[in-house]
Amino acid sequence: MSQAFGTEHLSVFYGDFEAVKGISLEFPAQSVTALIGPSGCGKSTFLRSLNRMNDTISQARTTGHIWMNGSDLNDPATDVIKLRQQIGMVWQKPNPFFKSIYNNIAFGPRYRGMKKKKQLDEIVENSLRKAALWDEVKDRLNESALSLSGGQQQRLCIARALSVNPNILLLDEPASALDPVSTGKIEELISELKNELRIVIVTHNMQQAARVSDYTAYFYLGKMIERDKTDKIFTNPENKLTQDYISGRFG
Amino acid sequence: MMIKKAKRADKIATIVICFFAMLIVAILVGLLGFIIVRGLGHINWHFLTSAPQMIRGGGGIGPQLFNSVFLLILTLIITVPLGWGGGIYMAEYAKPGKITNVIRLVVEVLSSFPSIVIGLFGLLVLVNAFGLGFSLLAGAMALAVFNLPLMVRTTEQAFRAVPKEQKEAGYALGLSKWKIITSILLPVALPSLITGTILASGRIFGEAAALMFTAGMSSPPLDFTDWNPLSSRSPINPLRPAETLAVHIWKVNSEGLAPDAKEIAAGASAVLVILILCFNLGARWLGRVAYRKFTAAKRID
Amino acid sequence: MGQMGKSTSLNHNDMKKSKRREKHYWEEWVGRIYTSICVVLLLVVIVSIVFFVSSKGLATFFENGVSLKEFFTGRTWNPDESFGALPFITGSFAVTLLAALIAGPLGLCAALFMTEILPGRGKRILQPAVELLSGIPSVVYGFIGLSVIVPFIRDYIGGQGFGILAGCLVLSIMILPTITSIMADALASLPGGLRESSLALGATRWQTISRVVIPTVLPALLTGVVLGMARAFGEALAVQMVIGNAPHVPGSLTESAATLTSTITLSMGNTAMGSVHNNALWSMALVLLLMTFVFVILVRLLERRNRI
Repeated sequence: MSQAFGTEHLSVFYGDFEAVKGISLEFPAQSVTALIGPSGCGKSTFLRSLNRMNDTISQARTTGHIWMNGSDLNDPATDVIKLRQQIGMVWQKPNPFFKSIYNNIAFGPRYRGMKKKKQLDEIVENSLRKAALWDEVKDRLNESALSLSGGQQQRLCIARALSVNPNILLLDEPASALDPVSTGKIEELISELKNELRIVIVTHNMQQAARVSDYTAYFYLGKMIERDKTDKIFTNPENKLTQDYISGRFG
Repeated sequence: MMIKKAKRADKIATIVICFFAMLIVAILVGLLGFIIVRGLGHINWHFLTSAPQMIRGGGGIGPQLFNSVFLLILTLIITVPLGWGGGIYMAEYAKPGKITNVIRLVVEVLSSFPSIVIGLFGLLVLVNAFGLGFSLLAGAMALAVFNLPLMVRTTEQAFRAVPKEQKEAGYALGLSKWKIITSILLPVALPSLITGTILASGRIFGEAAALMFTAGMSSPPLDFTDWNPLSSRSPINPLRPAETLAVHIWKVNSEGLAPDAKEIAAGASAVLVILILCFNLGARWLGRVAYRKFTAAKRID
Repeated sequence: MGQMGKSTSLNHNDMKKSKRREKHYWEEWVGRIYTSICVVLLLVVIVSIVFFVSSKGLATFFENGVSLKEFFTGRTWNPDESFGALPFITGSFAVTLLAALIAGPLGLCAALFMTEILPGRGKRILQPAVELLSGIPSVVYGFIGLSVIVPFIRDYIGGQGFGILAGCLVLSIMILPTITSIMADALASLPGGLRESSLALGATRWQTISRVVIPTVLPALLTGVVLGMARAFGEALAVQMVIGNAPHVPGSLTESAATLTSTITLSMGNTAMGSVHNNALWSMALVLLLMTFVFVILVRLLERRNRI
């Protein structure tokens, strides 16, 4: 995992409004980077721009660079579909497809040309195992994904993202709609998955950031105020604004 | 004084509103009752299957019934791909702006055109210019024009009602937009699409004005053993003229010569209304079933 | 980079170069082109309808030399020499306006009943009734008019039974569902707080309805009436069956009359394409077409008022 992945002067505009202001940030390999900050600070918008999801909003415009392995993902010539196949994403609200559990996972690989039943079965099992869901659903793979509980649905979404072997996983407040037990499972999962891929997580919950991340970046009003090792940010931040936020004085 | 007066006005208004509301229900019950009571006595197997008689009594509506069903199928074959495609464009591809506004206006105007005007257009362009003659195909195309705007609108609504998280999930998985539309959004939108299509079918089934000058007002003698679509006596030849049930009701009423014309009209109206009621109830039921199947069903593949 | 080493992984150079050959690339175009064709077809259809009907309809004036004045104000319709369409135009407007006058208040009552008087139960009774009414085909309405309304008028009011009165009664039942459902939607979209604050001020329900609710949604209510009128104006068969089809301006509501649509319905099949008589029928179709535009514009204007 020697590839570099990071942004340089990345800005996102909604019309005239600059929601993300020239952020340069690197995501080290085999690590979890947490993005924290008050609501509306641009952290989610920034996250969405990493796999160019903002392209799907007609108002949004992204400038700057997203570097991966020496090339710029924000280049218009980049094939966004291939790009997104390498960068998985999971949202706050679980959004499984209205399909069976099996087909939720098999859908991506099948689209990319995998037709053999045996291989697909293998991928489904592996992905579900990685997402710590296999034991709970292995006997009901043909049931609708919507019959699962919220926490299970969220892990299914993670499994779905993993099914196409991404090397980066973007998580947008993945546990904020879940109960504490499910949240615990998701956090465990994050710690295990980081051995295989880079994870960027946006979270409101500072304890969560402290528990799961290696690096933390603090966002405020579209700017990145500070980014450092998580321990450092939570014990001895450089910037006064960060300190105020961490200590709960606002936000 | 004032308050008393206001209270009395309130009471009177309430009574008036309730009276008229009930009147509407009474009209409906009266209408349906009239049609069905008047017509039911005349409906029997012979009536439903035999050919109409010009001068003598005892004619049936067999060919007309067949024509209506066949024309409906032909119309759906034309309308569904076009209407769904147009609706998908409006829901997923159209960007807000001038062009989209123009298309919206076009859909609105087209859906407001009187059906007789569409029939006349069919006469001029399909029957004469394209040389289709009075035929099922010309009728189906006219009905498609008549029905397309409704189809586009229901499809657009059905696709817009799909949660946008579904689309995001598809994008993030690296799917193309078209793949997302066909494999993720379409199954979710399908229940409303089916309901909308069946309701539209009811409208197609009862339409007559657009057909008089396109599918024609006559039905050649049909040979129900001949299924060669090119033979002129074959029921499934799309180039033969075909009077539908609705057109037949009109014709019997305005120029029917048979002594039992009134009874035939009553029987045919009852058949038409019962079939359309079935469409409406069927649409609701199928919509519900499909919704259950595609969302919380026990087993899906 | 263990994961990346397998077949699914690609580096960035692949991402750029292979764009053209990839499945998803042409798939995207298939979707875009297919749906665009559907929409373009809609445009082609409407343009050709307007073009063909206009070219035929205008031929009466430009090729056959019938003057606009004669067509719109002439009272005599004689297929061989004079083409005054006034009887049909007045017939169409008369049945449409009268139908709106009957169905408008009735529809409003039904909509108020569903939303203001008995919101839960009223809706459960009336909504299906309205939907079923809207599903009944127009020929069936014509048949009922012919077998119930016409004899009734003949026996109790006078005349032959055929005429404007029978026509507008049939049409008013036909357009009732359109008007009711649009009005009910408009009333239901009103924020609840508006009613409550009026009732809290001590106003009775009728005062609230007549002074707060109706004035607020008036443009939307009128939209329902206009759409109903558009339907009535363009309806052909139901009217044709009950109106009597006499080409003169009627002296009373129970006297036989004719409308644009009824005349087209009856005569289009019996005239030769290209004859003056036939072209005059196309001119009447053109009037129908133009009125459609007028109704659409009216609806748009009302919608604009509604937004403010």
